[in-house]
Amino acid sequence: MSDITNLTLADLRDALKARKVSSLEATDAYLSNIEKAKSLNAFISVTADKAREMAKASDAKLAKGEGGAIEGVPLGIKDLFCTQEVLTTAASHILDGFKPTYESTVTSNLWRDGAVMLGKLNMDEFAMGSSNETSYYGPVVNPWRAKGENRQLTPGGSSGGSSASVAAHLCAAATATDTGGSIRQPASLTATVGVKPTYGRCSRWGIVAFASSLDQAGPIARDVRDSAIMLRSMAGYDPKDSTSVNRPVPDYEAALGGSVKGLKIGVPKEYRIDGMPAEIEKLWAQGVSWLKDAGCEIVDISLPLTKYALPVYYIVAPAEASSNLARYDGIRYGYRTKNYKDIVSLYENTRGEGFGAEVKRRILIGTYVLSAGYYDAYYIRAQKVRKKIFDEFLDAFKQVDLILTPSSPSAAFGLGEMTDDPVQMYLNDVFTVTANLAGLPGVSVPAGVDAKGLPLGLQLLARPFEEETMFKGAMAIEKAAGFNARPDEWWA
Amino acid sequence: MAIDKDTVRKVAHLARIAEPEERLEPLAKEISGILGWIEQLNEVDVEGVEAMTSTVSMELPMREDVTLDGPTGGHQPDNVVANAPKTEDHFFVVPKVVE
Repeated sequence: MSDITNLTLADLRDALKARKVSSLEATDAYLSNIEKAKSLNAFISVTADKAREMAKASDAKLAKGEGGAIEGVPLGIKDLFCTQEVLTTAASHILDGFKPTYESTVTSNLWRDGAVMLGKLNMDEFAMGSSNETSYYGPVVNPWRAKGENRQLTPGGSSGGSSASVAAHLCAAATATDTGGSIRQPASLTATVGVKPTYGRCSRWGIVAFASSLDQAGPIARDVRDSAIMLRSMAGYDPKDSTSVNRPVPDYEAALGGSVKGLKIGVPKEYRIDGMPAEIEKLWAQGVSWLKDAGCEIVDISLPLTKYALPVYYIVAPAEASSNLARYDGIRYGYRTKNYKDIVSLYENTRGEGFGAEVKRRILIGTYVLSAGYYDAYYIRAQKVRKKIFDEFLDAFKQVDLILTPSSPSAAFGLGEMTDDPVQMYLNDVFTVTANLAGLPGVSVPAGVDAKGLPLGLQLLARPFEEETMFKGAMAIEKAAGFNARPDEWWA
Repeated sequence: MAIDKDTVRKVAHLARIAEPEERLEPLAKEISGILGWIEQLNEVDVEGVEAMTSTVSMELPMREDVTLDGPTGGHQPDNVVANAPKTEDHFFVVPKVVE
């Protein structure tokens, strides 16, 4: 086989089952790509020995005609998922040396289905960021470059290692997580497909917690079919997560063939924001006409509370983070300061030295909005506005089956270009954050490139647990867009 | 709402994060900027709206009150302290708390 790493996950899966290629060959091919792509900084740790061991075990099963749904397929795992005996950092200094004694449910599900782990992927520290620049291990570099330029661009965040490694063919697909857009925005900036499922679809157990009422795991993959295959293996009820929903996982791949004829697609006028590049506006209109041509009915809708979603998020998420991150105390795991005289200075210096600037900023905001006297004015008010945003979506979904929007307000920007003003950086999630607040599933699909040749995505949102309809719509966009550009392999 | 340096010092202490004195002023500015932007939520009428607690309407499941098997179960002191920076005989070692 010429280059195994150019196969989609679906094609690799089939080639493995047909014994045209072995898992060890595929794994070695990916490990060699990873080795050549060090300048992208996509991995925090590469688990080459473990990968080859898992690949050999898969090959033994495949030789006997056995094996799971994705037996022998090599994957990258975002470093937010706890992996047993394998360093898990959340890209934070404070988790130095942390080797969990347990495995997250999502990764357990993937190993159950036969997947092979190549290593742990870089990300924003504790998933707080939209550009991968808050990582203690340094930013990931986007494999995509603007035409005729060699400026280093962001792969998006927080799942920037996941998006970059999928785009650069360093793994067949990757796990990711999405609290405000951390799967869909990086997917948009790297021409990959990113799926955030309905809240409760994937277990959060064993995923380092950021904001528990918003966090959801999902895949970043090369195309819609691959993302559907990944989600089926990742999802499922888990009694260890009290918010996990007990309903069967559909065969998402089987839903892909279905027609979108007659589906009602909502186009919310409030997602046309000031200062949005004309190219994104144009791409969005293009998406509308693709779906119209595929037989969908286009419905103009209004979601007037959209502009309040980010401010709500920047109360709820830091509040939950300040509580979740209280566990990093320098006593039970991870980093401990050398500079202390009593228990309080041990806590304060461990946390002061162990957390990065953005994480500290969010913990302080969260602590402030939860503190006595401000709880009602900030936190309770935000949760009330959140309820109104949720109701507004449910109302909209009485008229339409899917909602079509752009995925991100701009194409990939240069590393270091947007770090001065936190609020400017937060605006990256303006189109994605609503789905987290309302718990809705969302997908970003590559749809085109801007004048500089940089990828742009379109987003579809669906009713809770209607991922199948969402995948069907995503497939229609993928077919119509016929997007098959790849970045030049300047890093290899 | 603008917050000052003293408030940042107080909140940082509540959060058990050591912030050097020279960081307090810049942090007060950054956080005031963010809180100012958040303040637009005051425009929304939330009279009679119930604060959201979950996007999925379901009852919190209860389990039997027994020790579980597996990684969340009991009787695994080695695993509990496996990642601690300083331990002794399955205890976490911390500076003296009570005189």
